[in-house]
Amino acid sequence: MKVLVAVKRVVDYNVRVRVKADGSDVDLANVKMSMNPFDEIAVEEAIRLREAGVASEVVAVSCGSSAAQETLRSAMALGADRAILVDCGEAGAAGLQPLAVAKLLKAVCDRENPGLVICGKQAIDDDANQTGQMLAALAGWPQATFASRLVVEGSTARVTREVDGGLETLEVDLPAVVTTDLRLNEPRYATLPNIMKAKKKPLDILPVADLGVDIAPRLALLRVAEPAPRQAGVRVANVAELVHKLRHEAKVLP
Amino acid sequence: MNVLVIAEHDHKSLAPATRNTVSAACRLGGEVHVLVAGCDCSGVAVQAAALAGVGRVLLADAPSLAGAGAETLAALILAHASGYGHLLAPASTFGKNLMPRVAALLDVAQISDVVAIETPDTFVRPIYAGNALATVRSADGVKVLTVRPTAFEPGDEGPASAPVEAITPPQTVGGARLVGRESAASTRPDLGAAAIVVSGGRGLGSGENYHRLLEPLADRLNAALGASRAAVDAGFVPNDYQVGQTGRIVAPRLYIAIGISGAIQHLAGMKDSRVIVAINKDPEAPIFQVADYGLVADLFEAVPQFLEAIS
Repeated sequence: MKVLVAVKRVVDYNVRVRVKADGSDVDLANVKMSMNPFDEIAVEEAIRLREAGVASEVVAVSCGSSAAQETLRSAMALGADRAILVDCGEAGAAGLQPLAVAKLLKAVCDRENPGLVICGKQAIDDDANQTGQMLAALAGWPQATFASRLVVEGSTARVTREVDGGLETLEVDLPAVVTTDLRLNEPRYATLPNIMKAKKKPLDILPVADLGVDIAPRLALLRVAEPAPRQAGVRVANVAELVHKLRHEAKVLP
Repeated sequence: MNVLVIAEHDHKSLAPATRNTVSAACRLGGEVHVLVAGCDCSGVAVQAAALAGVGRVLLADAPSLAGAGAETLAALILAHASGYGHLLAPASTFGKNLMPRVAALLDVAQISDVVAIETPDTFVRPIYAGNALATVRSADGVKVLTVRPTAFEPGDEGPASAPVEAITPPQTVGGARLVGRESAASTRPDLGAAAIVVSGGRGLGSGENYHRLLEPLADRLNAALGASRAAVDAGFVPNDYQVGQTGRIVAPRLYIAIGISGAIQHLAGMKDSRVIVAINKDPEAPIFQVADYGLVADLFEAVPQFLEAIS
């Protein structure tokens, strides 16, 4: 079974982004970029499936500009066998929205016929949490989102999902789309020999025009603003002062 | 154009977040309808019909909908979506799982985690873990939204009851079967709707300490219990305790962060709380930057003292 993993190049999770002075967007100039953390978990899970003999091949896919090649090399350094960049150009990549990415991934799935697609549940830049579900809808496949456990058994997968009320287990027929939550696994670090090896693995570049997908944005970004800052708080000296202030100043305790 | 709210419920009662979603729907203009899909869930329809602003409740009640997933629910919504300009659900794991599927089938964008409605086609939503707020305008004919419940007041019960109209349940869409559910039965308030949240982090050191120190405090305050990702990853508490960018978003009247350092991903989930208290022994912990009241102290001494002082 072939496993396809979608990866996105995003601002590193340790970076605190700033809004541009003109309010047009966030400022990403000279900011460290990394693979979306949920996508690292997706890559790790796919590699474990291959190591367990369940998956025969792991293909990493990214939709974006040529800069996303770096992210695909990272995925191959972790263990993906090959990679596909859907090259949307700088302008196309800047306006990519989840529906367009789902359509592009659907087109890639039509060519690759994977038995399973694993996506991160959300990207930490736009925090949309949509692409995997949209891909499943477009492909007419079942979905298992927010996975904390994945077991492939023949032509089905058993997926434990993290939901607001606890955990839920689904059995889905393959092919299916699974999106990863934080506790699915702990991704490995790429070793230096594997980073070197990844440079020789195949990375196909697919021009977006070849896929016949309209990637024009559906949502216009009107402006971006900083959230209102919280007023500076106070330090209290001890528990007695804390309780006094909560009772008489904040009035949140009886 | 009317507005359709997809109700979240457990077949017995309406989830609190549905009330907030109805409030958001009332700001869009147009009549607000609520879709209740489930099994033996007519009681939920009655609750939805009593919410202020609701003009009609659509009830799909069938055994096949008992464990229905996003595949079947999306097909049901699609079959009844014509005539609606907006489709809304709470930005809970229920809504996040379902609505992108609906949007893709309609070939429209989905707008996630809406925190403000400027006009019927212009919405504000947080991006980058809430470090920025994006205002977006949708040109699609149907707007599919998930709504951040804490950003909208829960709707009141209205004076009159809206009519409940039974609709034909759909054919079940195959491919996914619910085979198990583990939910810790809790008598505490829902984390997303609680007035007070007591939340613990890595500083507690163990699950045993978490329960020993925080449960009596939560009991005393009638508070929900929450946790940082570190505490969940370390196995102190189950996943559904996690507050943060990718966990639950909370905005209680009082949030008490105990032994939580305050990573930006955690702050994204609680910084809209009205009053934030932080108890941490590290004076440099970032949680103090958002805390209204910060106490630099050993939590193992401070928490029992706090409990005693309020008892």
